[in-house]
Amino acid sequence: MNHAIWAEGLVRRFGETTALAGVDLAVRTGSVLGLLGPNGAGKTTAVRVLATLLQPDGGHATVGGYDVVKQAHQVRQLIGLTGQFASVDENLTGVENLVLIGRLLGIPKVDAKRRGRELLTEFRIDDAADRAVKTYSGGMRRRLDLAASLVGRPQVLFLDEPTTGLDPVGRVELWDLVRSMVAGGVTVLLTTQYLDEADQLADEIAVIDHGRVIATGTPDELKAKTGAQTLALRPADPADLATVVTIVGELTTSEPETTNGTVMVPITDPAVMPAAVRRLDDAGVTLSELELRRSSLDEVFLSLTGHRTEES
Amino acid sequence: MATATLAPAPRVNPIQGLRQTLTLAWRTLVQVRHNPFELLDFSIQPIMFLLLFTFVFGGAIYGSPGDYLTFALPGIIVMNMVFVTMYVGLGLNTDLTKGVFDRLRSLPIARWAPLTGRITADLVKQAWSVALLLGVGMILGFRVGTNAMAVFAALALLLVFALAFSWISVLVGVIAKDPEKVQVFSFTALFPLTFVSNVFVPTETMPGWLQAFVKVNPVTILSEATRGLLVGGPVARPVAGSLLWAAIIVGVFAPIAVWAFRRRV
Repeated sequence: MNHAIWAEGLVRRFGETTALAGVDLAVRTGSVLGLLGPNGAGKTTAVRVLATLLQPDGGHATVGGYDVVKQAHQVRQLIGLTGQFASVDENLTGVENLVLIGRLLGIPKVDAKRRGRELLTEFRIDDAADRAVKTYSGGMRRRLDLAASLVGRPQVLFLDEPTTGLDPVGRVELWDLVRSMVAGGVTVLLTTQYLDEADQLADEIAVIDHGRVIATGTPDELKAKTGAQTLALRPADPADLATVVTIVGELTTSEPETTNGTVMVPITDPAVMPAAVRRLDDAGVTLSELELRRSSLDEVFLSLTGHRTEES
Repeated sequence: MATATLAPAPRVNPIQGLRQTLTLAWRTLVQVRHNPFELLDFSIQPIMFLLLFTFVFGGAIYGSPGDYLTFALPGIIVMNMVFVTMYVGLGLNTDLTKGVFDRLRSLPIARWAPLTGRITADLVKQAWSVALLLGVGMILGFRVGTNAMAVFAALALLLVFALAFSWISVLVGVIAKDPEKVQVFSFTALFPLTFVSNVFVPTETMPGWLQAFVKVNPVTILSEATRGLLVGGPVARPVAGSLLWAAIIVGVFAPIAVWAFRRRV
């Protein structure tokens, strides 16, 4: 089996809205795919279809070689699911949650308890193992969520926005846990709104917008395509804006954008910045702000789709 | 755990489904330990009703609290049963809104297990409430006027009716946006249903137009059946009536609930 996850032309509508408008995905066994997109792009719907929680209106998909519609029960035996929608029971303790899942998977009680404790130790929630989950912090809950999806030793793991709402420390901790799982040979499909998260974890990224995959590739390929960095220039005198746009436009292939007196343009070639500074100096333009920074998801989107993410 | 090496099974066998039902019922009952308020709800509240009605209203309604207890206890048991049924919907709704349900559905378990698990747990809660009310009632002076068989028959009838009534609760749990809405429904719909019955006062004391409703109210009919089985009196007619109502409720609400359920998930 080359592809642990394979989807072709997935369509899903909710009344008038089309959440998935023909999604194609291919995730090689043992690799990590980052599904990157803003809120409402269709990420969660795609995961729900692949995890057998939703039936697609069109297209088909397989996980581990099994059809997600016709062989849903087989698929469920291979997958683990963690995310904003698949949650643990707040009124149970950490260990009870894991034992519940273990028992449901047919693991004998003693083994289920042992496996639960083992995971809680591994995920550093053993101190809170016997406390009700409603007393957990956000980070502890996310780790427990992840632990819960690993009880059955899944081959394919779906992580739906695993770090949304976590502080930077919590994010890094969770990333490490995901990496250790991947090292164990698990195939991961991860959805995220953060470019750096996809960059950190994914072997390949699929950018999704309005229910369609609009770009795929390794993080490097994608950055090369869209501009890994954004150059921001702010002339001291707003009257110079047009000059800045013209000069920068000549140096890059992308169309510069002006917002609030700042000109921004994605660049792939680091030589653009000194060149721009030189030519602006020659033209007698004084800059009050000059910045070269990593592209945000918003900017990747802009260069891929020509429109900004709707939320921001 | 063997899933990583063995070819996955094509479907769940029914024995596994039953085991999963019991596991999920266990989960619902363990929850009570971490949420003691729920235990208060189906333990202290019915006892409060019992004490309140027996000692505050009993004398006025029936001449003496003791006689009133004999009249009212079977009805209070029925009323409490109807209220406890709402926990099925409440729990289901909480699972749906909090995402626990999606986690369960992503597991290789029988599709019906989450529902049957809840209902099984509900039956345990029901049996507990009935036993508690009967026990407290007996301490207060309630005497069973029939025999042990009849008492078991009453319990069985109550549980059958609870099963039927659970479907209404399932429907409410599935269509309600959040758990609070389920509770609002319980109060606004179940209070009139249980009070406009002969649980607390004899039907004859009410105005004619109200009697018409009270007489067909399933709560009235089930209360009469329970009274007959626990205290004595006519049994056949109200028991048949209760079973008929149970069948009607299942016939109407089960299909709607399943339909609504399919739409929601």
